[in-house]
Amino acid sequence: MNTVNDFRHLQSAHCESGVVSSMLTHHGLPISEPMAFGLANALTFAYLPIIKIGGMPLIAYRMPPRWIISKASRRIGARFVFRKFRDADKGMAALDELLDAGRIVGVQASVYWLPFFPEEMRFHFNAHNLIVYGRDGDDYLISDPVFEEPVRCPRADLRKARFTRGAMAANGLLYYPERIPEAIDYERVIPKAIKANERIMNRSPLPIIGIRGIRYLANNLVKSTRTHDGRRRLPLYLAHIVRMQEEIGTGGAGFRFVYASFLQEAADTLGDDRLAEAAQSLTAAGDGWREFAVHATKVSRRKSEMEVAGLADVLRDCAEREADVWKLLRDYGTHPARTATAS
Amino acid sequence: MDRRETPQDEDSTHAGVRKLLYAVDEQGRYTSVRSAGWEVEATATRTALEEIARQRDDAWQRAHAGQTSPLEVHMHDCRMDLPLLAGAAGLWRWRVRRHFDPGRFARLPRRVLDRYCEALGLDIERLQRVPPREGPEE
Repeated sequence: MNTVNDFRHLQSAHCESGVVSSMLTHHGLPISEPMAFGLANALTFAYLPIIKIGGMPLIAYRMPPRWIISKASRRIGARFVFRKFRDADKGMAALDELLDAGRIVGVQASVYWLPFFPEEMRFHFNAHNLIVYGRDGDDYLISDPVFEEPVRCPRADLRKARFTRGAMAANGLLYYPERIPEAIDYERVIPKAIKANERIMNRSPLPIIGIRGIRYLANNLVKSTRTHDGRRRLPLYLAHIVRMQEEIGTGGAGFRFVYASFLQEAADTLGDDRLAEAAQSLTAAGDGWREFAVHATKVSRRKSEMEVAGLADVLRDCAEREADVWKLLRDYGTHPARTATAS
Repeated sequence: MDRRETPQDEDSTHAGVRKLLYAVDEQGRYTSVRSAGWEVEATATRTALEEIARQRDDAWQRAHAGQTSPLEVHMHDCRMDLPLLAGAAGLWRWRVRRHFDPGRFARLPRRVLDRYCEALGLDIERLQRVPPREGPEE
């Protein structure tokens, strides 16, 4: 029996930013989940028709798995150790060893095989993140950021969840911080992170990424209903979009509220009104996404008079609102003198 | 989103798990709020689950008519599709598709069956049987 007693479980909206926030906080560098998310410039929009999930195109509202942890840690000057394993026994032994040494360990696992997830939430998503903070007999003590309370997981189940094969396979990935800075130089890193995010949203070379990507999806929605099969699959397609946007781990409206919260915290930290204004605009954009989800569900269940063309317009409206946000932040960080006078 | 408008729809697909959302209070300040669930999101989840159930039913009927192997039913039971199963078993998609042929499936060597057992979390006896009508016995 072994437990790490001074670890405090924190609930988060999203697994990866939650793990980063919890781990750094545990090691004496308090950082909120939105701040971790924002400093990783993790907000995006991507419509990726070549990657299929259950036959549907991947629609992402954040950067791909492991982006947040590697980007956020690099930006603040922390260093994490990442380890993957070919052999499951070795992977479990390495986890035990770290736990016995009193560490808390970040682990990537498949949602489907984790028994503490409610039945209806169990889908094959291999890139879920959680913290193992101890063990008790045959059980691991787990702080899963999206749950209210810590949970337990039997050894055999965690092993299966860590070593499932297939897309985004974890390969037993575990990680822990090796070096953590004493403080974060917010004056320097916030502008950098926002600037990087602005580039993703405004200046993507591909029409399927960023604000252009949102408009692309709107057009694609209309186009997809031109075929018989497309019309038949429309309810499923809409449900798919809503799930990507809202289901477990986005903090609402496809991370828009998380990022808005980051902008507000950044505005306070730097005393910058422009960021506060951007936070407000992004909240409005997030509200737009929530409206879209409401309409999409109604259209999907045929409980609305709205046609697909109308739905596409709601989506285009989201794109407009997001464009407003990133217009505000267009040159953010490139003119340090101007931001300094605002504070 | 206004904190006071955070959905608390108990009849959701969260099974009592409250998740964290970010919303603004009366002063426009962001706080984290716990939500019991949102009907809109639950409807989307149910739509996806119904589709899986529909496909499973279809496969089950074909399996009983001898038109497909138990493997396809197990695949749907496990909420997988062809690319997912192929990935989890480490086999090419076209091979997995061939194993939906009942005759071929019955002749599979142990080492291939073991891969499917591992991918689907089943023992070999269950893998080779068409599961009961109602879905995974749990």
